[in-house]
Amino acid sequence: MKIIKTLALNLAVASASQAALAADSGFDMQTVDPEADRIALQNYFKARFPETEIADYVNGIYAVDAGSREQWEELEEFPPYEFDVEKGEELFNTPFANGKGYADCFENGGIGIRHKYPYWNKDEGTVKTLEQEINECRTDNDEEPLAWGKGAIAQISAYMAWTSRDKVFDIQIPADDERAKAAYLDGKKFFYAKRGQLNLSCANCHVQGTNIRIRADLPSPQLGHVTHFPVFRSKWGALGTLHRRYSGCHKDSRSKPLKPQTETFRNLEYFQSYMSNGLVANGPGARK
Amino acid sequence: MRKLTTSFCTVGLLAMFTASPVVADNHAEQIALGKAVYMGKSRGNCVSCHTIADPDAKLAGNQGPPTLSMKARFPDKAKLRAQIWDATKNNPLTIMPPLGKHWILSEEEIDAVVEYIYQF
Ligand code: HEC
Ligand code: HEC
Repeated sequence: MKIIKTLALNLAVASASQAALAADSGFDMQTVDPEADRIALQNYFKARFPETEIADYVNGIYAVDAGSREQWEELEEFPPYEFDVEKGEELFNTPFANGKGYADCFENGGIGIRHKYPYWNKDEGTVKTLEQEINECRTDNDEEPLAWGKGAIAQISAYMAWTSRDKVFDIQIPADDERAKAAYLDGKKFFYAKRGQLNLSCANCHVQGTNIRIRADLPSPQLGHVTHFPVFRSKWGALGTLHRRYSGCHKDSRSKPLKPQTETFRNLEYFQSYMSNGLVANGPGARK
Repeated sequence: MRKLTTSFCTVGLLAMFTASPVVADNHAEQIALGKAVYMGKSRGNCVSCHTIADPDAKLAGNQGPPTLSMKARFPDKAKLRAQIWDATKNNPLTIMPPLGKHWILSEEEIDAVVEYIYQF
């Protein structure tokens, strides 16, 4: 009986995903409409998980899977990222050899600004991410750049996220620069395109496949994906950046990841962050 | 949903029509191979998405329908084989990988996994 029920459920999911795969504006410059996409995504998840409040999607898989939520709430009582936030604060406040510091590179001294990233930089004609500007701050001040995936860069980013908690994401796609919309579109296409030997798109797992088991793994909803980064993953035993996670997901689908902070990954982050507009910044996060 | 950018591997389409199901002289061996394909993480890894009433199936996922009543649901074995060879033919957006088309499994392994699941 149980098996029959699961079967029915799966068929329902399969056909629902055919009808509404969330993205619902076009895939070219004439028809793409970021705001329509964002609303379609929220509606898709409202229909899939009617019990879950939109605001709760900042909690990833725990927003929709009651089973693992309890364990996670216990974990959050003694957050595994606490040490990293402290370390990040220390690094943030340690002056460079020339006497300047990170606070000199950012708006508002770098405090409470995480939710404004990534943003479209018109002068440079590209999407800028927080980690990218942390490293630019270093090289502008004659310091060596940090490695992208983990360690000091993630700790500094975690501290900056910490000072921005509860601020609402409001990623802008300036109407006066078509290139910004093109960057969004590039990220969107990347998210929906199938790739790798297993022929999987991000959407296969994080829209269609949300909260359905792939062996022992439960993919999270794409809504809210970026809000809590950087993240402390128990599997890593450490803090890691969003682009590190992107690499991991590429490997899961047997495709070769791009390098962190390449233009396409920054565009993907731009697209994903726009999808989370209206949600609060809650980094750093903790995940299994 | 409008047009999606789909990356295609066009090679190997012919194989689908030319490969004839191998008549194994040792059926038990073929079944064992099929089972290894079904369970193996670096092979078919079918178990990651399909539950099956084989006591050796550990941590089965449920992205796809359970593997049961195969004979009744696929009286035509060739249709079953085609689904495994390239699931995107029936559903371009499917999460199920095109195991034959993308050379994840050999033709022999696909025949074997068909025989193995046909028992359930
Ligand atoms: C084979 C399935 C699969 C594919 C394909 C996949 N992911 Fe994932 N992803 C997972 C699983 C499983 C996790 C870990 C559980 C979770 O979602 O938190 C994860 C985690 C994530 C997370 C972290 C979520 C969190 O709450 O911390 C992000 C962000 C993410 N994936 C983005 C992507 C993007 C972007 C792509 C495409 C480039 C992609 N994924 C492709 C399965 C997949
Ligand atoms: C990543 C997930 C995934 C993997 C791995 C996978 N499948 Fe599937 N499979 C699905 C989904 C989802 C469907 C439902 C139909 C669809 O979406 O196209 C499906 C459908 C099927 C069907 C049709 C069932 C029916 O009742 O219509 C068969 C048979 C099947 N898969 C066999 C296999 C075999 C054998 C393997 C391994 C060699 C395998 N699958 C690997 C996800 C997967």
